[in-house]
Amino acid sequence: MKRFTLHRLWAIVLKEFIQMKRDRVTFGMMVGIPLMQLMLFGFAINSDPKHLPTAIRAADQGPFARTLVAALRTSGYFTLTHEAATEAEARRLLQLGEVQFVINIPADFSRRLLRGERPTLLIEADATDPSATGPALNAVRAIADHVLDRDLTGPLARLRAKSGPIDLQLHAHYNPENITQYNVVPGLMGVVLTMTMVIITALAITRERERGTMENLLSTPVRPFEVMLGKILPYIVVGYIQVTLILVASHFVFHVPMIGSLLLLYAVSFLFIAANLAMGITFSTLAKNQLQAVQMAFFFFLPSILLSGFMFPFRGMPEWAQWVGSILPNTHYLRIVRGILLKGNGLAEITPHLWPLLAFLVVAMALGVKRYRQTLD
Amino acid sequence: MSDPIAPLSSPSDFAIDVTGVTKRFGAKTVVNAIDLRVRRGEIYGFLGPNGSGKTTFIRMLCGLLTPDAGSGTCLGYDVRSQQADIKRHVGYMTQKFSYYEDLSIRENLDFIARLYDVPDRRAAIQQSLERLGLTNRSHQLAGQLSGGWKQRLALAACLIHSPQLLLLDEPTAGVDPKARREFWDEIHRLAAQGLTVLITTHYMDEAERCHRLAYLAYGKLLTHGTLADVLASARLTTWTVTGPGLLDLAQKLRGLPGIEQVVAFGTTLHVSGRDATALEASLNSVRDPRHEWKEIHAGLEDVFISLMDAAKDNFA
Repeated sequence: MKRFTLHRLWAIVLKEFIQMKRDRVTFGMMVGIPLMQLMLFGFAINSDPKHLPTAIRAADQGPFARTLVAALRTSGYFTLTHEAATEAEARRLLQLGEVQFVINIPADFSRRLLRGERPTLLIEADATDPSATGPALNAVRAIADHVLDRDLTGPLARLRAKSGPIDLQLHAHYNPENITQYNVVPGLMGVVLTMTMVIITALAITRERERGTMENLLSTPVRPFEVMLGKILPYIVVGYIQVTLILVASHFVFHVPMIGSLLLLYAVSFLFIAANLAMGITFSTLAKNQLQAVQMAFFFFLPSILLSGFMFPFRGMPEWAQWVGSILPNTHYLRIVRGILLKGNGLAEITPHLWPLLAFLVVAMALGVKRYRQTLD
Repeated sequence: MSDPIAPLSSPSDFAIDVTGVTKRFGAKTVVNAIDLRVRRGEIYGFLGPNGSGKTTFIRMLCGLLTPDAGSGTCLGYDVRSQQADIKRHVGYMTQKFSYYEDLSIRENLDFIARLYDVPDRRAAIQQSLERLGLTNRSHQLAGQLSGGWKQRLALAACLIHSPQLLLLDEPTAGVDPKARREFWDEIHRLAAQGLTVLITTHYMDEAERCHRLAYLAYGKLLTHGTLADVLASARLTTWTVTGPGLLDLAQKLRGLPGIEQVVAFGTTLHVSGRDATALEASLNSVRDPRHEWKEIHAGLEDVFISLMDAAKDNFA
């Protein structure tokens, strides 16, 4: 009996396969998760983001300026989406995250170029995420040196000086030293909250059902909404503890700048935490057992990391991926956190990201309550 | 939201008064047109084989499931539309232990008491701990309790809001005889105070401790009434036989006309059938002077098995 026998081993193997076959959701996840990773890593993610929205503030509309703009466009990195009339307007577009770059062409650009005075071309970048702006700015350097070669012919050829005819100035706003941690550490807040909040609550109702306590709960006068909310509230406290831990570490360990109002950040974090908890509760009403609940949470977590702009630049993704990303709470929360901490955004600037969070919360909660009602009948 | 006291318009003699209650899951009819009346203060035993629809029927009574057909009242509240009211006045003890194993006894009771909004909660919990002898264990985690103590906790928890009706789904499964007896003594005390109890069980001795019984099989109510009513309704004749070679005798008896059950009880065989003359004729055909035959009153178990066999012929 002590010897290893193949038929006993085979008995276990067979039993495992039968159980795997019975648990359709788990089997589906085993196929679904790799497919999803393939799609996300293979198609959605791009570490060389192009077509970044750009505002132009052109005080000079002359032929040289036009050639320059056309060259930036054909590089593929810049898509002109806005025209800013004033410096304040340009700054606001950056603040809101509407554009990644602002190209400033001064009024005396052509005149100074012709005089050989190396006019200044100022490109301002929202560098909160250095990986999004880096490749584009490298491209600009190459363009600025040679773009005017074709225009500067004949007597103007002398202007093709060795150091380049244009004085290119790059301003990386919000994160001038291009420190990756400044971008990653605030972003981690959304990722950590998504992971823990969704998984904890995904187990909440599944566990009641698995242990048989659900039937008892249903036989008492307690209402579905009371159960949902009662299960969410304690974890909101947990969520705030996590927010605090990450902020403390960001400040003392990583020295992440905190320009905006922490109070505002704490206030809006409520929406995000609640949205993730509601999602978890909804998963837990769908899952038949705790394993399924964890898998569903993971299924949600994966795009929340990859498509939210946490790991890879959001604007580098194809349109469909950006569309999926804009549904996810983490995408909006990341922008809110980075906006408040790094750009000093106020309530007005982050409001466009609050609505998607609210909508997500309401839909997830409604779905959860609706599913919960159906549990016994 | 609604009056906590049962409305006076209902016939107050009956805690449960339902007719034609039916529940289907998909194509399967689990509870088939059951009529049931349970008087207030009565202990009503609900028996039947596994899967006969007892649990489903109880779940419809306490508002966990909505009947597909049929109507009636539970404590005067409509079983279809006033489920929330029913829940507040019914104590339901599930078949499987359904309290929190990672909470202590007191924490479990406190949780349930809060859900029912029990007035003067602390006193109610203390009282319930004392009555069921749980005071010394109140800080023990429910998960560490043995079967008997878990059952006491479950009973205490479903009594904490002073319900008028107690629905107990196999409360004594897996509980030792002494604990079972104490449990039943407690049930009788509660009934004496006016509480109505509907209890399902597979134990015949427990069935005999009920005021009234009902027997369910294949979703149908096969018989109901007092113990004597149920025994008489079956019209079952039972003989016992003792002596040598009972195993061979049992083999011979099975399949003879009029013989429906041949059951070994230690050193005796019980032989039963509904047709007394056919049964006796068959018994005479296997007479052996070494065997001693005696006619006895049919037991509850014989009656139920006979009912179930008859029902199988009708429904299955």
